[in-house]
Amino acid sequence: MKTRHKKLALIGGALAILGIIAALVLNALNSNIALYISPTDVAAGKAPVGKPFRIGGLVKEDSVAREADGVTIRFVVTDTAKDITVNYKGILPDLFKEGKGVVAQGKMTEAGTFSASEVLAKHDENYMPPEAAKAVDDAQKAANKHVSPSSLSQPKASY
Amino acid sequence: MIPELGHFALILSALVALVLGTLPLIGAHTNRLAWVALARPAATAMALLVTFSFACLTQAFVANDFSVVYVAQHSNSLLPIQYRVAGVWGGHEGSLLLWILMLTWWAFLVAMLSRQLPEAMVARVLGTLGLVGFGFLLFILFTSNPFERLLPAAAEGRDLNPLLQDPGLVIHPPLLYMGYVGFSVAFAFAIAALLSGKLDAAWARWSRPWTMAAWIFLTLGIAMGSWWAYYELGWGGWWFWDPVENASFMPWLIGTALIHSLAVTEKRGSFKNWTVLLAIAAFSLSLLGTFLVRSGVLTSVHAFATDPRRGIFILIFLVAVIGSSLALFAARAPKVGLGGRFGLVSRESLLLTNNVLLVVACATVLLGTLYPLLIDALGVGKISVGPPYFNAVFVPVMTPILFLMGIGPFARWKEASIPEIAKAVKWALVVGILVAIALPLLYGQWFAMTALGLLLAAWIVATAILNFIERVQHTRAGRGFLAAALSQPRTFVGMHLAHIGIAVFVVGVTMVGSYQDEKDIKLAPGQSVDVAGYHFTFNGVKAVEGPNYVAAQGEFDLAVDGKFVRKMNPEKRTYHSSAMPMTEAAIDAGFLRDVYVSLGEPIDRDKPEGEWAVRVYYKPFVDWIWGGCILMSLGGLIAMLDRRYRVRARAAAPVSAGTQQA
Repeated sequence: MKTRHKKLALIGGALAILGIIAALVLNALNSNIALYISPTDVAAGKAPVGKPFRIGGLVKEDSVAREADGVTIRFVVTDTAKDITVNYKGILPDLFKEGKGVVAQGKMTEAGTFSASEVLAKHDENYMPPEAAKAVDDAQKAANKHVSPSSLSQPKASY
Repeated sequence: MIPELGHFALILSALVALVLGTLPLIGAHTNRLAWVALARPAATAMALLVTFSFACLTQAFVANDFSVVYVAQHSNSLLPIQYRVAGVWGGHEGSLLLWILMLTWWAFLVAMLSRQLPEAMVARVLGTLGLVGFGFLLFILFTSNPFERLLPAAAEGRDLNPLLQDPGLVIHPPLLYMGYVGFSVAFAFAIAALLSGKLDAAWARWSRPWTMAAWIFLTLGIAMGSWWAYYELGWGGWWFWDPVENASFMPWLIGTALIHSLAVTEKRGSFKNWTVLLAIAAFSLSLLGTFLVRSGVLTSVHAFATDPRRGIFILIFLVAVIGSSLALFAARAPKVGLGGRFGLVSRESLLLTNNVLLVVACATVLLGTLYPLLIDALGVGKISVGPPYFNAVFVPVMTPILFLMGIGPFARWKEASIPEIAKAVKWALVVGILVAIALPLLYGQWFAMTALGLLLAAWIVATAILNFIERVQHTRAGRGFLAAALSQPRTFVGMHLAHIGIAVFVVGVTMVGSYQDEKDIKLAPGQSVDVAGYHFTFNGVKAVEGPNYVAAQGEFDLAVDGKFVRKMNPEKRTYHSSAMPMTEAAIDAGFLRDVYVSLGEPIDRDKPEGEWAVRVYYKPFVDWIWGGCILMSLGGLIAMLDRRYRVRARAAAPVSAGTQQA
């Protein structure tokens, strides 16, 4: 009898702990996921208010500007259909370039611009972030342009 | 011609692997000694053929043979020789070949160092490794042939990704792969145990050093990758919860659980099924990692250009390996048995808790890694799970593990007493609390999380020392303290050293997380910036030329309290072969802190001699993170070299070769 009680106590305790952990994990997951939203969807007002999310697209040509402090940067992310202005304070990653793909995480401001806490570019010049590629693909599909969407996510052969 | 030879050797090795993966296994099952005896020579032949093939690919890189597609894509005639050699594993095909090379070397080592094992066991272990090798060889031959020719040959190669042109690349992937692939040996031992239905203390004693070896390599490989990201990516972070980092961390967590559960299986004969399951899980997670990295489903530093066929192949392989080994487990586990009983409070129950928590930690990482893929696959949208999730989950799961780490070594096997343990460790708790109160105040600000981290670290170190002293006192038998201390078993010394490594790691993570300071600022030549008492004066930027790049090299004077310390020279490099810029940070490393400068961009692109955006960091105790990992590996190495794995194994050989069973 005694060992059976011990076993029951052990199993009960383990289940209780696992339950707590599961609750903790789901709670953490729920409050820490960031949705990807394309510039078109942001323009349509589908962006969450007051919650961080991610945008993906291309850095528009000739859109990068620096403010007087030298480290606050403003640029435009586009999915070729809609544009969104992004503000970011900090050092940009090496592969951040006009005309190239980019992903940024942050929140919408009241002025309707996107305030980025993080800007991600990828580590290979020929590599397109899939989220950026998808935003552009979707926008182009919507516009019925005859550009092969997959060509954006394929690496260039340069040899 | 040489690439064709390499390709041919690879095809031959696949055939050898097929022989190795079938005949010895059948032979062991049906008692055909001639087939069993095939295992060692076949494993040796497989290793030789793959090594030859790898040498052929290396030759193509060294000789700049741009008629090979893979070389043309990943090398360049201007590339320095050490990066041409390392470039062999700078892309998908070559890194896969490196993976297979490691696998065949592990198999070869098992073949060489298993003289004391029963022949049937050796046949089963090597046969399993042969099957795994066969799967990977098929994969490389059908989807990722590194020897494919390019006609006409390219005049010049496309060059290795500049990020990878670093000593880190030379070391990081081989170490990591040795770890990943090393778990295939633990896996093969587990499969062999299931096939034979024989899982005893002797089996655990054979598996332990092999598992430990894989774990050491994996620890070093992960630490190396983290250090590389820290200094090379120029972001100053040491861990990003990048999916590929997670992919290597999951087998590490399970591997850590496995080495602890193997200890119980060896000493007490308990946890048998659990140990086997962990061995299967560790290797499956290694395969899952390969799938995640190679299939292109993830966005990551490590994602190479992808081909969907590859993802499907690995997925099928993954399902086949996990499915068949779990089916085997379900069929044979009852025969293996559960092993000895133990009390509610005992060394066993504490190690069981450790195992459960490590598995839970691994499950949370798995969830955070796969959840975005699942959401994407369901077409609900695209999401990302960021570092806050992992941090929020990891602290509460790791806290009890770190606490129990201090208690475990004091607990007796089978039945331990809580008052007895409490009496033994009370001073460690006092030390921990004092450190947790005092040290953060010394750094100016007291945070609860900082105090918790330091409390746990000090607790682990103090309990390790108390436990060591207690054991030495018990085993003195009239000798001097030092003599008794030096004659402790290596597994015991190694365990405490590895645990202290964890404590050192925790100190690093805690301190850098709590007290690091960074500034992004615009500086003109002559201007300066202060971070955490360090004074940086920018002297401007000059152009310098490297072997295959040009760089803007900044010069900073670092001063503390008005006294000049050293010059620091961060660079912004542009490689000839690609328009890709690269940041090379300048780091002044120290025991208690690093200071770190990197160049952002010139404010006016046409005037690089003018103002620059600059990032400066103060990183207290950051090197303790990697120092801790090195101590863990060192502890593992010492434990692995324990005499009983050799001496007793040899003594047991004649008996266990027969029919001994626990």
